Amino acid sequence: MDEQTIWLTILGMSLVTVIPRLLPVWLLAGRTLPPLVVTWLRYVPVAVLAAMLAPSLVLQEGHLDFSWSNLYFWVSLPTIAVAWKTRNLFLTVITGMGGIALVRLLLT
Amino acid sequence: MSQSVVNSEERPSSSPITRGVLQALPVVMGYIPIGFAYGVLAGQAHLSLFSTLLMSFIVYAGSSQLIAAGLFASGQPMLSILFTTFIVNLRHLLMAAAVSPYLSRWPQAKRLLFATELTDETFALHSLQFAERVPGARQVFAVNVTSHLSWVLGSWLGFVANTMLTDVKPFGLDYALPAMFVALLLLQIHHVKAVGVALFSGIVAVVFQLLGFATWSVMLATVLGATLGVVLESWTNKQSG
Repeated sequence: MDEQTIWLTILGMSLVTVIPRLLPVWLLAGRTLPPLVVTWLRYVPVAVLAAMLAPSLVLQEGHLDFSWSNLYFWVSLPTIAVAWKTRNLFLTVITGMGGIALVRLLLT
Repeated sequence: MSQSVVNSEERPSSSPITRGVLQALPVVMGYIPIGFAYGVLAGQAHLSLFSTLLMSFIVYAGSSQLIAAGLFASGQPMLSILFTTFIVNLRHLLMAAAVSPYLSRWPQAKRLLFATELTDETFALHSLQFAERVPGARQVFAVNVTSHLSWVLGSWLGFVANTMLTDVKPFGLDYALPAMFVALLLLQIHHVKAVGVALFSGIVAVVFQLLGFATWSVMLATVLGATLGVVLESWTNKQSG
């Protein structure tokens, strides 16, 4: 991809990102959605995060992998525990990154 | 996060901007390493410094930028990158919808400016505070601008470091995104129905990927998962009613 196509792609990325951020603020001023839609929308964040996370933890090169070599899965266990206990974004990220770095250091 | 909200509120003598900057610190602590990881990956995907920082300024969406760096590296076409970005960031629609009512007294231009800088993390921070009290616009924007600049700073540091680092793995930077998703997912889970939806969506996404539908897996799993949430909700309503 040449530089100008990259800029154009980034500009497009900006548009498709900012429109969903702006649209509700623009349209919802003083309006209420049907309760069914509100309920459905309320579950989207949980569903989308789980859908993005789960494959990265249990799949290695397109296959289910729960062996010890799948560090992403095993390190996720202490990471989940810290997230659950502390409800803290920073501590969770540090636990995950530190855990992966530590295990790799010990294994090599 | 809640702690820093409380702490910044306990200093009434400090200016709103100082309070906003202090309030944003937990987000900054998360954004520097994740932005760094993005900067490294963008550099290794052979994006220029300008393109790397342009994306952090005008897209400003962590996970989608990391994914996009990977897509640029593997030479995906523009439409595929745009579509993926759109799907990954569509969740901000819900966050903007949730936070919008709190700002009903702000002029429309200010509300829209606020919404352009809405991310998972600033949403978490603001919704926590707005539930108690909506601070002045200057404090709210100080939170957003501080977070945004720390994201750009992290990206820049990562880009500069990428030529020195041939492999980000020894530092665990490749795990910043999964770890952030773990935290954000667990912060969303307040009851057992959400646990069910999370497990279901996760399994559906894995199954779709195993079947070879990687592109659509997240979207399909999200639609099915949220629908399961509605079904679970109506069951419990019938039982209690």
